[in-house]
Formats: sequence, C-alpha cells, structure tokens
Amino acid sequence: MPVYVARRVAGFVPVLFIIVSLSFFVMRLAPGGPFDQDRVLPEQVRANIEARYHLNESLWTQYIRYLGDVLRGDLGPSFRYPDRSVNELLGLGFPVSLLLGACAMVVAVCLGGAAGLLAGVRRNSVVDFLAMSFALFGVSVPNFVLGPLLMLLFALGLGWVPVAGWGTWRHVILPAVTLGTFYAAYVARLTRAGMLEVIGQDFIRTARAKGQREATVILRHAVPSAILPVVSYLGPASAAVLTGSVVVETVFGIPGIGRYFVTGALNRDYTMVLGTVISYSVLLLSFNLLVDILYAYLDPRVQVQ
Amino acid sequence: MRRHLLLVLTVLTMLIGSLSAPAVAQEQVFRINNMVEPESLDPGVVTGVPEHRILSNLFEGLTTTDPKDLSPRPGMAASWTLSKDGLTYTFNLRDATWTDGRPVTAQDFVFAWERVLNPKSGAKYAQHLFYLRNGEAYNTGRLTDFGQVGVRAVDPKTLQVTLKSPTAYFLDLTNFYTLYPLPRWALEAHGKDWVKPGKMVSNGPFMLASWVPQKELVLEKNPRHWDAGSVKLRRVIFLPTDDVNTAYKQFLAGDSDWIPTVPPSQINTAKTKPEYYASPYLGTYYFRLNVTKPPVSDVRVRKALSLAVDREALTKFVTKAGEVPYSGFVPAGLRGYEGPRGLGFDPAAARKLLAEAGYPDGKGFPRMELLYNTSDLHRVITQAVQQMWKEHLGVQVDLVNVEWKVYLARQGSLDYQISRAGWIGDYVDPNTFLEMWRTGGGNNQTGWSSKRFDELMDRAARLVNAEDRMRAMRDAETILLDGAPVLPLFTYVNKGMLSQRVKGWYPNILDQHPLKYIRIER
Repeated sequence: MPVYVARRVAGFVPVLFIIVSLSFFVMRLAPGGPFDQDRVLPEQVRANIEARYHLNESLWTQYIRYLGDVLRGDLGPSFRYPDRSVNELLGLGFPVSLLLGACAMVVAVCLGGAAGLLAGVRRNSVVDFLAMSFALFGVSVPNFVLGPLLMLLFALGLGWVPVAGWGTWRHVILPAVTLGTFYAAYVARLTRAGMLEVIGQDFIRTARAKGQREATVILRHAVPSAILPVVSYLGPASAAVLTGSVVVETVFGIPGIGRYFVTGALNRDYTMVLGTVISYSVLLLSFNLLVDILYAYLDPRVQVQ
Repeated sequence: MRRHLLLVLTVLTMLIGSLSAPAVAQEQVFRINNMVEPESLDPGVVTGVPEHRILSNLFEGLTTTDPKDLSPRPGMAASWTLSKDGLTYTFNLRDATWTDGRPVTAQDFVFAWERVLNPKSGAKYAQHLFYLRNGEAYNTGRLTDFGQVGVRAVDPKTLQVTLKSPTAYFLDLTNFYTLYPLPRWALEAHGKDWVKPGKMVSNGPFMLASWVPQKELVLEKNPRHWDAGSVKLRRVIFLPTDDVNTAYKQFLAGDSDWIPTVPPSQINTAKTKPEYYASPYLGTYYFRLNVTKPPVSDVRVRKALSLAVDREALTKFVTKAGEVPYSGFVPAGLRGYEGPRGLGFDPAAARKLLAEAGYPDGKGFPRMELLYNTSDLHRVITQAVQQMWKEHLGVQVDLVNVEWKVYLARQGSLDYQISRAGWIGDYVDPNTFLEMWRTGGGNNQTGWSSKRFDELMDRAARLVNAEDRMRAMRDAETILLDGAPVLPLFTYVNKGMLSQRVKGWYPNILDQHPLKYIRIER
C-alpha cells in the first residue's frame, strides 16, 4: 500500500509539469496584459513596471524562471495585489474554500443520501416521487440562480442568516446549500439506483429469510453495497465542489481561492491564475487517489496494487 | 468506519467553531460597500477609486478637500505661498505626527515623491508628479540626480515645490494619494509588508485596524491626528463584495450603510426609496470614432452619427438614473469654465450630411461595428443607439461585445470603428478631459490629431491668468467637437444608496466623501 501511494504521488509530477506549462503559454495567448487599463500608462512608466516583473524578458526566459520559482515553492508576486504574494493569498483563501467545500459535501451526502435511500426503499411511492423531483430540480437549477434565490428568501425575506460575507457559522449555511444541492441531487439518484439493484439480490433475501429486522437488512447489508457508486463519485465531486465554488464565492462574497481565480483571469494576473490552477490540480489528483484507496477499503474485491 | 466519520465531524466542528463572531458596536460605526478588494494600501502604488476611499482617510497630503465643493483646504500644510510666476509653491507644514508618534516632516514628502518617480519602483501613477520640474526626466532615466527635481525640504517644516509650468490645479493634486508623505523607517523595516495591520504607520484621521483580503478592512479613529477633535466616527468597515446584486441586498438587509452604485436592473425600485441618491459625476460617457477606418474616417459621417442620437431619450428611457444628456466633452459645471455645446439631436441635418458623404438615406453604407465591453448597461445603451441610427439614417451597425482586456487591447491598437468609452476626471479642471486628445496621446486612441488643438493646449499650460487659460481650453474643446473623433452621450451620475442615519455626507462631482466629516445619528 505505501509503495502504491508513493508511486501514484510520483506520477503527479509529470502531470503537474504539463498542466503548468500548458497554462503558462495558453494564458499568454489571451489578448491584453496585466498592466492594460482604461487609463493608458505613459510608455516609460509601463516599461518600468514590466521590467520590475520581468515581463520584458523573452517568454522562454520567463517560463524557465517561473518553473524554477515553483520548484522552490514560490508562486511569485501577484500583479494585481502587489502587497501580497500568490502564496500568501492562496494560503488565506485555501482554508476558506476547503471549509465551504466540506460543508457543501456534507449537505450533498446527507441530503442526497437520505433522499436516495428513502426513494430506493419506497420505490414508486410519494416519497420516491418527491425525492426524484428534488433531484431533477437540483440538477437543473444553476447555482448562480439558486444562490440569489436563497439569499432573497432566507437572508432578505426571513432574516435568518446574513446576505453575504464570511466570519460566523451563519455565513456558511446558504453558500454550502447552494453549492451542495447539485451534488446532493446526483448522490440521491446514484443511491436510489444502487439500492434498487442491491435489494433484489440473493444475500438480501437471505438476510430477510433469517428474520432480521428490515432496518438491519437495509442499513447493515444493503447500504454498504448500494453506496459504492456514490463513493466513487465522491472523489470527482469533491474536486468539482472545490473548483466549482468560483461562482458561489463571488455571489456570496466569500474570501476563498475561487475569487482569485476569477479576478486573476479577468485581470491577466498570470502568476495568480497559475497559482490557483496548480492548487486545483493538486487537489484533483489527491482526491482521485484518495477515492481509489477508499474504494479498496469498502469493496474487498478491488485490490490496490 | 464510524471512527473515521467521527474524526471528520470533529474536524468540521472545530473549523466552524474557529469562525468566531465579531462584536459590532452600533454607534459611530460606518459600513461601506467598497465593491472590490483594494489592490494595495501603498499610496505610491494604487490607481483606483476604491483604494482612494480607504487611503484618503488613512493618510493626509499637503492639502485636504472640502466635503461639499472639493476645493483645497489645509492639511499637513497649514499654509502656503505661490511665487508670482506661478511656478514655486512654499508649503509650511503644521506640527503633526505619524501614528507612531514621530513628527511629519518635509523630508517625508521628498522621500515619497522620489519613490514614486524612481524608475525602479515602477509606480503606475508616476505621471502625477510629471508636473514637477524634471519629474518626467527622472522617471524616464534621462536624469539620475534627484536633487534637480523640483521638490526640496528647506527645513523639517518647509517644503518647496517647483513646477514645470504653472499648474492651476496643483493644489487639487496635493490631496491625491500619489503625493502623500510616507514613513521611510516603516518601509525600510518591513519592506512590502509595511501596509499590513500592526506595521502600517500613517498620518490621516484614521488608522488601519485589520485587513483580511476579500473579507473586510477596518479603520479606527486615529487619536494622534491633529484634527482628531472633529472626527466623529470610531470605526469604518469596508466590505469588498464585488457582486453588485449581492452588495445591493446587503444594503437592503441593513448590513451596510452606503453602497456607491445600484444594479441597473434595480434602478426603478431603488429610485422609490428615500436612501437613493443621484447627482452629477465628473465623467463623460461617449463613443470613440476611429478616424483611420472608413466610413468613420469621413468627418461628415462622424457628425451625422452624432446628430442622429437622441440623447434625451437615451437618458430618460434607457439609463434612467438621472444621467444628464450632454453633447460637449467636458462636463458642465466646472469652476470658471463654459464649454461649447456640441452637436444636438437633428435627424434632418444628419441625413443631409450623410448624403453629402455619398450615402443618401444610408444607401451603400458599409456594415460597421460598434465595440463595447461586457456590461448590462453598455449593452442596452449601444442597442438603443444602434436603433436610432437605423431609424434616422438607415444605417446598419453591428454590436460587438468583448471582455474588458480584449476591449482595451483592441481600442489601444485602433482595431475598431466605433467603441464605447467613459472618462472620469482626475481633478476638477477641464484639463483632465482635454489633455488626452493631443496628437499621439496615450488615451487618444482614435487616430485624431489637430495641430491647432495641440497649440491651444500648450498655450493653456503656460497661462497663469485663469480667464485666458479657460478661454484657450474652450477654443481647444471647440476644435475637438468640430473634428468629432468623439461622440459624447451624457454626463455620468453618482448613484447609490445611503442610510439615513449617516450625516455630514455631501453629494459632489468626484463622489469623494472624507470620513472625518461624517457621523452616525440615530
């Protein structure tokens, strides 16, 4: 197992290298630069700034310089926020995005899991119908619509939670629900399908034949097998929740790294964008690895080697 | 399995618990929706309006501004004299201290100005010190001896400033952040970290209490400030919410006291509320016409397009926030300046000009593009004008929507025919609207050039007599409007929502509201 993990982690390096290189050059293809603004800078002033950030060097030299910096763990200065380095800004934003993502996943798993379970057990009942309607709603309503809607209802209308911002647990609720709903819907459908498949199988019939309570049959025997597809979905979902929080962070004014991703791209803040891309990539790769390991743990038939 | 779940839950609970609730006292706390995270708190580095809202209260320049009419008032300088030739200012500094107790001296200004002009610092607003004698030469590296630049500390309390040419609005510039003094020792001790809470040393009526990027920035009253007695606010909180709809909801929910804008889609409802305000802003919304690209290379076509726009209808039915329809380029209402009228709405004259240019009733007129950057407001305005041109001239124009940086790049390389634009004045003088139209000016971006215009602007720069100077600039604007590389549409308005508990806040054309005059009443 440790050998397997080490090998997988070593495999990250070439993947990251390709991601960094591609992003570096693609970013430069976009028209305009970090110091284009509506008030045009005098030529000399502009040249002074570009020299300060080494933007006057050839693209190749800049690329080598950047790779060297990244290897030393330095993601460079932010062009837009000169008071802080990219490391510092990502360091501040990362825990926030992580917490938001974790809460959204809790919402997705609890809400989606419960709905899917009920729907699967009580197939074709009112419960099933309601749960699947919720799933349809969750999948089809985009979060930039859902967010403002929830805000209007629960913050402005009922005054239960603040409109936006970050700082107390009350600030987390709406964004976590907004972000988690789509995934909850997906989890609900997966759980339901898993339940339907498992419930018809022989070992469930055996369990019932032994006279076990229905709750035990469902929870002890059916659920662990039924949620396997959900577990394999959790990896990509967690990564998607983290990288997908961009919109939610903007709508709810949350100081996570998604905000930096958006403003970085719009402002051609090259180092900032690359920094966020690297962070997101590491996250994605790690989550995939984590899920593979978890999968082996839940299903003895899968072997990690 | 269950153990793992417990662990996850514990960690989650701890993380959530770590978000402690800040206690907000209600009295004399002013919460501002600043709409964006400030790029920096270093006065020598910043260029934006949101940064100005913060820094103009953290620091104080030689002069400050009157909250009502924005005229210069004594700041760090208690008094000043100007030489007869209009070139040399002598500022007498008052006994003021930095937040760490050190005195503010003339040397602090010299240090700050050298830093901005030094080519190595790459300051974006170095041009605001090009008014000094040899300022530009030092910044471009042609001159390496700062001793020859027109700023000198005669003694700790006397600062002498020598200008390149008489600059009537120089005292309007000395309250601008680029010209603030800086605490050399703090910068040397902490490097770029000197702007962080706990390290920052400033000299304004407020000081930095905390700053968490993208979350909030808090100022507190500076008890050491020379005028602390007249400062009422105890705390000021800046929220960087950049989603305008969210920010608007924050205001409605009572989470902020001032939002300096209103989402275009909410104008109609906002206008019915007592908190809504709208007043003229020192800015012109206009179209650039690229004189190097046919068919707008023909001045008759440019004028016809201008004559065919019904600006009254545009502001009344499309923008709706109280914008002032205007066809001159320099906004009305500047002290001592009466600008030319420009071209009004006259469809018959427009059709006649277009026919003279060879396109009677728009026949044979090539397809043309109107460039604008992504924004709801720009979209509806360009659509309305597109419709007017079609109706009155029979001309078809295609709207091209691009992202901000692409828009800037295309405009800068003259890769457009017509492009929407806006210009906000830096200071209260027509010069800030006319200087840009000189031949080859970086902000000209239309390819337009007029020798006569350049001469008049040169003349205005030399004149000391205010009336003669204004006359020269009026003649220059007349030439600009006659050449029609610009198609002015309206004067911007400041529009926003202000809590009725806020007093000492006055509408003005730069939308600047010094916090030291503001107080909260129940």
